Amino acid sequence: MTTVTFPGRYDSLVEIGKFVNEAARQAGFSNLEQYQIETSVDEACTNIIEYAYQGENKGDIECTCIVEPDELTVILIDHGKPFNPDYIPIPDTNASLDERNTQGLGLFIMRQWMDDIHFDFTEDYGNILRMVKRKEKKPC
Amino acid sequence: MDITNTPYKHCDLVKITGRVDSATSPKLGEVLDKIIEEGRFKIVMDMSELDFISSAGLRELITTQKVCKRYNRGEVILAQVPEKILYTLDLAGFTKLFRIADDVISAVGNL
Repeated sequence: MTTVTFPGRYDSLVEIGKFVNEAARQAGFSNLEQYQIETSVDEACTNIIEYAYQGENKGDIECTCIVEPDELTVILIDHGKPFNPDYIPIPDTNASLDERNTQGLGLFIMRQWMDDIHFDFTEDYGNILRMVKRKEKKPC
Repeated sequence: MDITNTPYKHCDLVKITGRVDSATSPKLGEVLDKIIEEGRFKIVMDMSELDFISSAGLRELITTQKVCKRYNRGEVILAQVPEKILYTLDLAGFTKLFRIADDVISAVGNL
């Protein structure tokens, strides 16, 4: 288990990406799976800055990676306002260009590319987001 | 992220290198807006050196595509898209909204 705390601003995303990508690589995920994990964490951290902190440099993002034989768990903690994913619209990926809205795309990507996503909020810690990616079972 | 724009007679070739995330996507938006402000609506995006794109970058692409395609005056074509970037575009439903070209020359020729 490794935890690193990053300043809650957009130029932290590169370092957060490197940190998570390295954990995914050590866990033995494929290049594509590493990319999926990195993208999901990038989207989650962007949402933290945008929705929980409502701007840059308002607080930190604590990122923990837990490597297990068959899965990687990423936990993101912030101390901003409670984030309720139910308020985020679900994008219609079949919509025509004119009707296409880009709201909610980040959360959509996270839900498609991670196996488990759980949002929690406590007064003591703030928002706690737990995401799990499992390794694809190889055929015997 | 590095971004270069090469204006040709009938289209603009925009090459993005590196990483497009929430920190860098405003710069991409600025470059694309400037092209549109000059009344140019045919854009080829060379993605061969693009390492990463998040939804913030996708948002810039779709905003530009909407403006360019209005009144049939132009289009954004995505060229030489790396496999992992293509996965993101496909997941977001963007492969239905953009033409994807195997190489930059044919994309420029098709505009």
